[in-house]
Amino acid sequence: MDPAILFLILTTAVKIVVFTFIFTLPIIAYSTYAERRVSSIIQDRVGPNRVGIPLTLFGAKKDIPFAGLLQPLADGLKAFLKEDLVPAHVRKFFFWIAPALTAAPAFLCICIIPFGSSITVFDQPVKLVIADIDAGPLFVFAIASLSVYGITFAGWASNNKYSFLGGVRSCAQMISYEISLGLSLIPVLMVFGQLNLSDIVHSQAENGWTLLPLWNEHGSVFDAAYWQNCTEQWLLMIPLTISFIIFTTSIFAETNRMPFDLPECETELVGGYHTEYSSMKFALFFLGEYAAMIVGSAIIVTLFFGGWSLGFGLDTAISNMALGGLLHILIFLTKVIAFVIFFIWVRWTVPRFRYDQLMKLGWVVFFELALVNIFITAGIIMLLN
Amino acid sequence: MAIIKIKRPQLTIAEKLYLPAVIKGLSITLGHAIRAVLGKTPGAKRNFNSSGMGITMQYPETKWDDQLPDYYRGVPALVTDEKGRERCVSCQLCEFICPPKAIAIIPTEIESDDPWAKVEKRPQVFDIDMTRCIYCGMCEEVCPEQAIYLRQDYAMTGLSRAEMVNDKERLYEIGGVREGLVNKWNEIK
Amino acid sequence: MSDSTTTKLPKDTAAEKGMVNIQVDGHWIQVPRGTRMIEACKLAEKEVPHYCYHPKLSSPGNCRMCLVQMGMPPRPNPGEEPSYDENGFQKISWMPRPVIACANTVAENMGIRTKGDLVEKCREGVMEFLLINHPLDCPICDQAGECGLQEFSVQHGKGSSRFKEDKVKKPKNVKIGPRIRLDDERCIMCSRCIRFMDEVAQEPVLGFSERGTHTTVGVYPGRELDNNYGLNTVDLCPVGALTSNDFRFQMRTWFLKETPSIDTNCGTGANIIIWTRGNKIFRVTPRQNDDVNSCWMPDSHRLSYTCPSHDNRLSAPLIKADGVHEETCWSNSIAAAGEAIKQFEGNEIAIIASGKQTNEELFMMRTLAAELSTDLISIIPHTQESDKMLISEDRNPNTTGAGLILGLDDPTEKLAAIKDGICNGSIKAVIAASEDLLDAGFSADDIDGLELLISIFNTTNATAQASDIVFPGASSAEKRGSMINVTGRLQKLNAACIPPADARDDWEIISDIILAITGETPEQAPLSIDQLSEIISNNIPQLEGKNLANISELGEVIIDTNVTIPLLDRETQRIAQGEIVG
Repeated sequence: MDPAILFLILTTAVKIVVFTFIFTLPIIAYSTYAERRVSSIIQDRVGPNRVGIPLTLFGAKKDIPFAGLLQPLADGLKAFLKEDLVPAHVRKFFFWIAPALTAAPAFLCICIIPFGSSITVFDQPVKLVIADIDAGPLFVFAIASLSVYGITFAGWASNNKYSFLGGVRSCAQMISYEISLGLSLIPVLMVFGQLNLSDIVHSQAENGWTLLPLWNEHGSVFDAAYWQNCTEQWLLMIPLTISFIIFTTSIFAETNRMPFDLPECETELVGGYHTEYSSMKFALFFLGEYAAMIVGSAIIVTLFFGGWSLGFGLDTAISNMALGGLLHILIFLTKVIAFVIFFIWVRWTVPRFRYDQLMKLGWVVFFELALVNIFITAGIIMLLN
Repeated sequence: MAIIKIKRPQLTIAEKLYLPAVIKGLSITLGHAIRAVLGKTPGAKRNFNSSGMGITMQYPETKWDDQLPDYYRGVPALVTDEKGRERCVSCQLCEFICPPKAIAIIPTEIESDDPWAKVEKRPQVFDIDMTRCIYCGMCEEVCPEQAIYLRQDYAMTGLSRAEMVNDKERLYEIGGVREGLVNKWNEIK
Repeated sequence: MSDSTTTKLPKDTAAEKGMVNIQVDGHWIQVPRGTRMIEACKLAEKEVPHYCYHPKLSSPGNCRMCLVQMGMPPRPNPGEEPSYDENGFQKISWMPRPVIACANTVAENMGIRTKGDLVEKCREGVMEFLLINHPLDCPICDQAGECGLQEFSVQHGKGSSRFKEDKVKKPKNVKIGPRIRLDDERCIMCSRCIRFMDEVAQEPVLGFSERGTHTTVGVYPGRELDNNYGLNTVDLCPVGALTSNDFRFQMRTWFLKETPSIDTNCGTGANIIIWTRGNKIFRVTPRQNDDVNSCWMPDSHRLSYTCPSHDNRLSAPLIKADGVHEETCWSNSIAAAGEAIKQFEGNEIAIIASGKQTNEELFMMRTLAAELSTDLISIIPHTQESDKMLISEDRNPNTTGAGLILGLDDPTEKLAAIKDGICNGSIKAVIAASEDLLDAGFSADDIDGLELLISIFNTTNATAQASDIVFPGASSAEKRGSMINVTGRLQKLNAACIPPADARDDWEIISDIILAITGETPEQAPLSIDQLSEIISNNIPQLEGKNLANISELGEVIIDTNVTIPLLDRETQRIAQGEIVG
């Protein structure tokens, strides 16, 4: 076999394993822990702080609590050990396939996210992205939209009116927000002129982050040359900020997070689409939701906050370091985690929207605003060139 | 006259935009989070004896036995009077009123050689099933003999259902003696 | 009135019917002449509180609780014509003082006020006096919950007492008889118990002694209240002065469920209420039925109930193997019974039914006999001397019904033939229900000589011991059904409890045995006691249209037997003499 292809296959396999199982899954697990701890400190509580190493089981006097850091492990174990109840009245095939259909698209999206710049292995540069394709955002839209099938199937197959309503709501909500999600991104893509996420991050590393244009190829804010060449960047900030708000809000809606968690709105729909689910099937929905949240965060970070770049022209230096790519991964993960915490913070602050408000916001406000935003961006670009 | 028409408040542009309200909300929650992380949650130390991170008391390391209010409704128990007489005459009103049917009484006659034979009646069996009890205090309220009281004990635990049933002996042990109450079984009446 | 001469006045139209017009709380009604005022108020649906008055006893008027205000038309001056208003009634002038409603009879154009300041003030006063010496021991008193004093002090009392002095001490917890305890402090001197013992039980052992505030009820020195009707005084007592030893401190009355049923200890079939909580019977009290037992019942019958939790109850089907009874399940035992019976020819089988069985069970026994093509079916007579009160000579509650259902003039007529058949060995199998054969004149040798003995009992006995297969049945308090008493009255039993453990209704057992013998599918058997009762009413001409659902609680006479109940005869006599209201 051609050694180049073998090398590609091997590195890709390693990347898949590392990015999915070493980075993403633990972040998912600990974002559930973070959700509970953050919500509790926001509400003047303590949150889970007990689950540690149960030494008392082996005769010791005290447990080691670890500030409850082993809670996600215990939760996972619990989900495995619980009885997997399949009610008699469900459509078995769809009931079984629905959790997988929800979780899989979220994980699939990980493959186009650039986790870092690149590292050199056996004298060959390896880009720290699983699939370096030239259609990054489009791939995300295409795949992420599939998760609506999982939720709709779950709602319908459960044969339960609450689940069904949850599924229907989710379907309507996702379709509504998909439009503004796509439209809001067009200005960003117009500015960058391409769809390859790695290259978008590269260009942000050199020309300033989309929402933080504090440096460009002429230097950073401390240089006089920067101030003579930054008009375009700052002018474009206006439509790009609008894009950011619409995009972030739509991601909230896409991931069914508060304040848009109407599909599982417990005050109205018991548990929404997952009312009938238990054990690992329920855990898969949970996993899918958090995976979607992390992928959403990663895409927002990639498109608006410079992805793995540190900024201020320091990235070239980092890239030249021996394992600079790994440092970039750390920077990227830090940004993602910060954004996940923002997600959680919003959830415990903003109350749930009413269903008609949700629809009105999507169709009447965001859709038009995103459309107008495209023309504003186009106008600015035309004016400056 | 009875109808009062209330006008919907006119929202300002800032309010209509919704974003300022979201930001305000975010700052409030952030404030709480920061105070909690710094261990300075208001009222935590003073009222709840907690660590300062939130107002949650860390049971069982800290307990609020000292801070229990007088009106706290804990485990219901039977009391004896200052002369050691069991106050309960098993009128079964508590059994009747008990909403979750936690109380079961079998009455019996007091033997004629008993010093309190003139009271004539007392419970032979008096069980309160603590897995059923809802601590509503109706038994205490309905008792015509002031024989049943909700004490301040709250840590009622057991490893089996049978252990959770307080029998007569245990109820008197929890209840203890209560003095200075109406005593209608004295000689004169 | 201008046209008073042409149209009849209300007093005249009433007089033609033997009625009088009276006004109760402003409403005019017609009541029979000679009615007591208290009964007239009852007809007008106005309750007058009372303690000493009881329609079956004489009215001494000593509790003063039934005070009402009375009015009559003013006496016309000499030569004056009475004036009538537009409705034809005279104006009523009210008397300034109240009268007792229990001992006064109504008169034409009389007015009665059961409400108003005067009456209410009087009641408050009487209540306060009654409560002066009454101990406040409601928490231990068995009467609490059905106590006249509690009820009326809530409805008509003042709510507080002005009595500051010490209460009078009187004897408490006195054993005045083998079944009754007396608490004199609680007594309100209504004298109902004294009058009952004197007038109805005709054994006047109770009486008042002392006088004034120290008046005490007691038994005659050297006597005790051991009359077989003594416990009726406990029912009569409006307070907790007389309590039954059997029910004393057992359960508060408000927990008890009342099930109307009938007594099955003798042919009278006294109407009773069975008081239960959970599956336990706590007491049995008489239920008023003026054609059967008036308001009374004998103590011996009252105390002979069988609880489902009793030790001697049978709780599972038993099959004898190697001389020892072993518990088994219903399907096994029914199948075994069916197989065993099929071994014998029709004329080798005898069926001993019982006069203690309901019509429904007897009908199933008859069906069984028909299926086995045997005509050897009989009940066992139980006769003892009547007490000339309520207890009938016939101690079977349903002899009349047995005759009717089995189609025999004397349902015991085949008994001699059965006895002979067992003796000489021509009868090899016996199916017995509810009758201990050894008690009924069969010898132990005869029973041991039988090849097959199948029995249905609710309690253990010698015959059950000797049986090859024993089925656990239901006691009389556990089944629905109908019986016909000695006077030919069809009455209804209701189930107050459910049978213990695996025990079942007797008719279901017999029905299953029939199915096991014939091999018919269960669909052809009656599915419920109501369906069975429907089948019976279609088969027995005298019972046509009389199924369990439409027999009233007081029953109805369907056969004329010319038997009368001595106590009722005396009661009728006393009513006729005007001693009691009845």
